[in-house]
Amino acid sequence: MAARFVGARIKRREDRRLITGEGAYVADLARPGMVHAAILRSPYARARIRAVDLTAARQSPGVLLALAFEDLQPAGPLPLPVPHPALKAAQEFPLAPGMVHYVGEPVAVVVAEERYAAEDALDLIRVEYEPLPPVVDPERALAADAPLVHEELGTNVAAHLEQETGDVERAFREADHVFRERFRVLRGSGQSIEARAVLAAYDPLLQALTVWSSTQTPHLIRRGLAPLLNLTEAQIRIIAPDVGGGFGSKGVFYPEEFLVPFLAIRLGRPVKWVEDRREHLQTAIQERGQVHEVEVAVRRDGRILAVRDRFVADQGAYTPWGIVVPVLTATMVPGPYKIPNYRFEVTVVYTNTVPSAPVRGAGRPQAVFVMERMVDRVARELGLDPAEVRFRNFIPPHEFPYVVGLRSRDGRLQTYDSGNYPEGLTRALRLIGYEEVRKEQERLRAEARYLGVGMACCVEATGLGPHEGATVRVDPSGRVYLYTGASPQGQGHETMLAQVCADALGVELEEITVVTGDTAGIPQGTGTFASRIATVAANAVTAAATEVRARALRAGAYLLEARVEDLDLISGRVQVRGVPEKGVPLGQVARVAAGAVPGPGSPMPEGVETSLEATSYFTPAQAAYASGTHAAVVEVDVETGMVKVLKYGAIHDCGRMINPMIVEGQVCGGVAHGIGNALLEEPVYDGSGQLLTSTFMDYLLPSAAEVPEILLDHVETLSPLNPLGVKGAGEGGTIPAPAAIAAAVEDALAPFGVRITEVPLSPERLRRLISRGERAQDGGRG
Amino acid sequence: MATRIPMSFTINGDRYEMELPPQRTLLELLRDELGLTGTKESCGAGICGACTVLVDGQPVSSCIKMAFQVKGREITTIEGLAPGGQLDPLQEAFVRHGAIQCGYCTPGMIIIAKGLLLQNPYPSEEEIYEAVGSNICRCTGYVKIVEAVRAVARGER
Repeated sequence: MAARFVGARIKRREDRRLITGEGAYVADLARPGMVHAAILRSPYARARIRAVDLTAARQSPGVLLALAFEDLQPAGPLPLPVPHPALKAAQEFPLAPGMVHYVGEPVAVVVAEERYAAEDALDLIRVEYEPLPPVVDPERALAADAPLVHEELGTNVAAHLEQETGDVERAFREADHVFRERFRVLRGSGQSIEARAVLAAYDPLLQALTVWSSTQTPHLIRRGLAPLLNLTEAQIRIIAPDVGGGFGSKGVFYPEEFLVPFLAIRLGRPVKWVEDRREHLQTAIQERGQVHEVEVAVRRDGRILAVRDRFVADQGAYTPWGIVVPVLTATMVPGPYKIPNYRFEVTVVYTNTVPSAPVRGAGRPQAVFVMERMVDRVARELGLDPAEVRFRNFIPPHEFPYVVGLRSRDGRLQTYDSGNYPEGLTRALRLIGYEEVRKEQERLRAEARYLGVGMACCVEATGLGPHEGATVRVDPSGRVYLYTGASPQGQGHETMLAQVCADALGVELEEITVVTGDTAGIPQGTGTFASRIATVAANAVTAAATEVRARALRAGAYLLEARVEDLDLISGRVQVRGVPEKGVPLGQVARVAAGAVPGPGSPMPEGVETSLEATSYFTPAQAAYASGTHAAVVEVDVETGMVKVLKYGAIHDCGRMINPMIVEGQVCGGVAHGIGNALLEEPVYDGSGQLLTSTFMDYLLPSAAEVPEILLDHVETLSPLNPLGVKGAGEGGTIPAPAAIAAAVEDALAPFGVRITEVPLSPERLRRLISRGERAQDGGRG
Repeated sequence: MATRIPMSFTINGDRYEMELPPQRTLLELLRDELGLTGTKESCGAGICGACTVLVDGQPVSSCIKMAFQVKGREITTIEGLAPGGQLDPLQEAFVRHGAIQCGYCTPGMIIIAKGLLLQNPYPSEEEIYEAVGSNICRCTGYVKIVEAVRAVARGER
């Protein structure tokens, strides 16, 4: 079929309800008899709980229930959906059993007729804590005398992994130069504008539980919840209605995913819990925290022969997504470069902080930061242009599929499917006008204004398994229903998947209803993370719609008394090729498949399958590798340490774009998140493990003032791994941004000899570096 | 029962007379008392602008405004922007320019832009950035939101 809709800038069908205030997020929903839950959270990072006294809370007006860990029994540990042979996992419980491990960990829960009453009752709960010294810094956690986050594990090391490709020792021996550096990437978080929320209702008559959750993974929530509640999966329906952003923070089975349904069953009334921002900042998963010690072995022409990376990854208190983040970092360090010898060694450590799990970018921003900073270092040491060093090291476009030599996250040989990295960098430099910027930089330096330009390239594993599915069904009315487990949080899945379905089936967009985020819609699903939906779900839609089309043609052949080969399905009508007036609408065809024609008691017409529907699951054998190149121009105010991003160019390769408008939105939003990671966002813990950044006044998100106009261009190298040729687009905007901005800042401050080895670059941190540079210069002159 | 204070408001053109406890915020009045859930809560501290509504045409963070502080005033929420289903040019421009992703900040963004254009039909580039810059969006990177507001300010329909 010719693509009418795939590739077009179709306006989003989601938007009508969202611009009129009719969007329905969990906090907007109500059920008859609904009551409200509030959670008491630990004020200590590490403490023993000696006693919890709920008496006063239970007597407080309007309170229906107040529970601590003992009252939940039996309530097993929360699920660990991503195990790893190297992982020493600590068990996490819905309410803390005897010990708390981070500030914000749930200790008790209250349900009351009104939220005010529930919150007030929290103040009446008396918990006797024995505060213990916590460990907050991941490197400190490795010290022999460090307090243990989980005493039962006997160590703070959650996992230790090593891998090597090539002969690293030899490459270092034979290199012309060896450069070493230490890098620190600090934590960041997702901070969707909608915080989390869960509403649960149990119907004792049907013995069925319905949960509305602001989650990225409804089917995974169902999978985790069933054994905890001793229900079958068939008894549980999870609905993710409109979800106000996710960015990884809603991809985790949190304690509340269990607590709220548990309470609803216990009380026999619908229970709703809506998180406030402080809770979200204190307890939603974070990511990024890593310290790297890197060495590169280089030939005098700038060719990188080997990389050795040893790093410590801060896991926080638990492992809700296993050790996916550090594994992704470790395997993505080589990025777009042909590096024959690479060795990594990562130690994942528990700390008394919020658990770490993937946040938009998922370990890759750190990998890119480390590698790209080293490439810039090579350029500086050898007196080469940073772009030139990149061109000399890129994997050439004719070498795909390219075997990196590592086992990737999924245990398979890491193989890049397609890409054109030199083209990406060429276009990125053109977007920002690299040559002119260099001249401008020169001119402004004479006026003591500090302009800098930086670039960064990344490769990103997208479209991971195990599967995502789609059911396409034609109603006898002619309306097409598309169900998928691919649950959106703003990515426009309804529009994008309708485009794919309309082309594959042969109907108009308006004839399709897309139902996402409802486990009742399709038996299995995985969820939205790792930039996987356009790759995994869209190809499932193609397969299901293609099957429905074939069925429609066969049923149409019966109605039209024609041969299947002579029929076509166009704009929702099965018709004889070349004779459009000889045709029937799809609804009529659906009635045949439903058995309504010829009718009850008659045999099914020959060659017609029952029901005009099909379900298909796409199971990718490996990741599709998207890539991106960013170039940033910044000006640094050396008096204040403030960085202004003046110009930003982003090249993105996500294979075929299904809807370019949606892709552009994904990339721009991702860049803004990356700018936040580079300049603003930092959850700050004090030595006792208290989070000091628990409002948006302290945890700074980028506003329109910090995000410049973003210049976009695309390289389209189709993925050979799926019929649509697509790769993921959700995270590529974020991944290279911190590295590009760090490079630009360092370039701007070259006259001061400033080296950027840490992000985010708060003005305070940058001022310290600048004044150190000034002192060194004065000293030199003195 | 706690004290309740009699108050009246005009909300999206309709007049309401009610008795409310003094601690009721404007946001709670809209969402919980009147079911106008188009206005969202995000930071709960008057920083992010998700809860922005117009009070006598001026943008206000409804999460930190007490209901009694706006008694007798005229309040416009996102539900009031399209009377009879006729979309406001800003609403249409947001769709056309791809300025919406998850939609959670969208009502506040559209309202703050509406407030800007009501006071200043021909805002400068800086004034547009200032208005959009007082609300937070996590999805879009603002580029397309600014584009949409600029388009309406420049007369695009």
